Amino acid sequence: MRMRHLVAGLGVAALALTATACGKEEPAAGGGGNAASDSCGTPHKFETASGVDVAGSPAFAKIKTRGNLIVGVKADQPNLGYKDADGKRCGFDIEVARMVSANLGFDPDKIEYKEIPSANRETAIGGGEIDYYVGTYSITDKRKALVSFAGPYFVAGQDLLVNKADTSMDAGKTALKGKKVCSATGSTPIQRVKDEQLTEASNISEFKTYSECVSQLLDKKVDAVTTDDAILKGYAATAPDQLRVVGKPFSTEKYGIGLPKDDKALRDQVNTILEKSATDGTWKAIYDETLGKSGSPGTPPALEKY
Amino acid sequence: MLSVLTDNWDLFRDGFWLTIRLFLVSAVLSLVLGTILAAFRVSPIPALRGVGTGYVNTLRNTPLTLVFAFLFFGAAKMDLALPSPYWAGVGALTIYTSAFVCEVVRSGVNTVSPGQSEAARAVGMTFFQVLTLIVLPQAFRAIVPPLSSVFIALLKNTTIAAGFSLAEAGAIPFSMSERGENQLLTLIWITIGFLILIVPLMFLQRWAERRTAVA
Amino acid sequence: MSTVLYEVPGPRGKVRNRVSNLLVVLAVAGAAAWLINRLYTHGQFEGRLWRQFQYSAIQEQLLTGLLNTLRAAGLAAVLALLFGAVFAAARISDHKWVRVPATYVVELFRAIPLLILMFFFYYANIQFHWGLTPFSAVVFGLTLYNGSVLAEIFRAGIAAVPKGQREAAYAIGLRKNQVVRLVLLPQAISAMLPAIVSQMVVLLKDTALGFIITYAELLYVAKQMGGRLTYGFPYIPTYIVTAIVYIGLCSLLSVLARYLEGRSRRRRKITGAPPPLTLDEGDASVAGRS
Repeated sequence: MRMRHLVAGLGVAALALTATACGKEEPAAGGGGNAASDSCGTPHKFETASGVDVAGSPAFAKIKTRGNLIVGVKADQPNLGYKDADGKRCGFDIEVARMVSANLGFDPDKIEYKEIPSANRETAIGGGEIDYYVGTYSITDKRKALVSFAGPYFVAGQDLLVNKADTSMDAGKTALKGKKVCSATGSTPIQRVKDEQLTEASNISEFKTYSECVSQLLDKKVDAVTTDDAILKGYAATAPDQLRVVGKPFSTEKYGIGLPKDDKALRDQVNTILEKSATDGTWKAIYDETLGKSGSPGTPPALEKY
Repeated sequence: MLSVLTDNWDLFRDGFWLTIRLFLVSAVLSLVLGTILAAFRVSPIPALRGVGTGYVNTLRNTPLTLVFAFLFFGAAKMDLALPSPYWAGVGALTIYTSAFVCEVVRSGVNTVSPGQSEAARAVGMTFFQVLTLIVLPQAFRAIVPPLSSVFIALLKNTTIAAGFSLAEAGAIPFSMSERGENQLLTLIWITIGFLILIVPLMFLQRWAERRTAVA
Repeated sequence: MSTVLYEVPGPRGKVRNRVSNLLVVLAVAGAAAWLINRLYTHGQFEGRLWRQFQYSAIQEQLLTGLLNTLRAAGLAAVLALLFGAVFAAARISDHKWVRVPATYVVELFRAIPLLILMFFFYYANIQFHWGLTPFSAVVFGLTLYNGSVLAEIFRAGIAAVPKGQREAAYAIGLRKNQVVRLVLLPQAISAMLPAIVSQMVVLLKDTALGFIITYAELLYVAKQMGGRLTYGFPYIPTYIVTAIVYIGLCSLLSVLARYLEGRSRRRRKITGAPPPLTLDEGDASVAGRS
């Protein structure tokens, strides 16, 4: 008896599913809200270079036989590394990844993206799970022992994201004492908060993603989300009536492209690509199409070759 | 190998201490809540039985991670304040584990010979008295082995809190990655830590099992 | 049975029960109404939070996530049953050198948290270049843990068959292999079925841990959907939908178990053997008196 009910219920559920299966590509026009801004626009157009070879790079040889790139990215950082509800990816980091792919001779539209949590980046690069990583990856000496970096392609600074009406932290990091601060588990920013004892240990929250932190911020469970201003601006730009970046950066984060350690040939090649993009205006173009929408201008940083 | 532990002793100590605190508090609370639910499920009032059954069927079929997520992100969206991440974690573990405790207690109640409660009723005891004075004390012995299984599961389930801002033993790998330590050695030490905590529970289970086997 | 815990109510008892029943129903309805109102006043039913479900890309992702969950659970279930059977056999072996190591292996994997077990595969793969995908890390983790628990269930189930059965079987000259295969297992299996199914439910739910090592199963997709600020962080809608899917899948397993059990009971009636335990009994009672 009970089983018959369940079967009937499942039938109804299946029907409902088939009825809605013809989902939309785009949200209905005039559906209200700001859904339009969610969809990723047209990506930047890159010319795919041909006949590229990176002599002496084992990683490149591997990519060459595979025929396309596997790139580690983030998916939940609006305007940086983002995947929209349509499954399209966009943002500054994505464009950098595509630019590198095109200049290495691989169609950027054929990149296979992998979402790698912050804490697993070194292991993913070291294990060959991805070819390179572009996702707000700060260049540090400690990480240089495990992976190698091309770049930096962007310089950010650790800042605070707060609820718009909250002015109590406008002084920047010195105002954090006694405030609840959230960031991603195992990230550099939260380590700095701990090391410099900017707030009490019991006031620190760590979640797997920044989105979870921002959600807690909107729900007033934490007072501030701290990480690089680039990431925070992406969120603030998405909900400008509710969120605001304090604007007193207290660190310098140089974003690099994470590459397999000891593959100097590939690293030099990627550095050359970045250098070219800075001089020929490509860098500026992709910045203006993404992070630049937040209103703050950007310039390409000087490379640190090693 | 040893230096991984000694160099990061603070992490391991704090991590396992939080694991133990989460475990003990959730174990006591889920024992209480689970027993109450079991009483619901054998009570004379159909609606109470329905509440018990509904609770058990829902929670036993939901991943613990989802229970955590509801309490951390869902509750916040409804402006329901939980005092701290620690208590939210205890809440999630308790809500989930009590469904399993309920089933253990209920089947334990069923092992007590019907003559016992019939006799108790014959001398005029109420449902509540029959349950608390006669049946549960006798069911206890049959309950201990499966209950220790449930608590072993609870102890291990505390690691899920690692994804929810609770720096217990399961979260040690995240911090060790930041410190650039070898992950495999870290995991081996965490395993040893859990073995130390779980072995007493296993012995308790074995011992209780032998006692019931003799009886 | 639980019904002996209280008297069949008399006229006054009936009234009292009916009143209490009504009170409980009202309390539950009140709690539900309060919760729904709370959700409503906090804007959780706003269209914006639910709109993602209309996208075909999202539906596809959810479906892929669901399939990934089922794939991992299905393969792990088969492997775990095999692992359980092999190690249960080893644990009841007459040879000490088989029995003792098997016991240690089973106890070890029962003691390691599943999350840590998955981490082991994930990081070992990266360090030693085993070429494992997150999928295999999830499957192997699930197999080792659930296989060990199943080994315990099988062993306890066989041990629970009345001693006389075994003695009689030996007395008529059957070998150990025959005793276990022909006499003990057929009787044990229907008693073990509820515990096996519970473990399968556990296995299915535990695939959800895969999101931590980047296996794109159902919960991984749900977390991604919930984390979109443009839709107002729709954690509650996505989690509700996900929970319903999980509960539905697990209930389906339970229904299947009840069906199988009913069949074996009908068969049993003909042969006159004692009925097996009902599903609701001794679920978590892995060891002891199944």
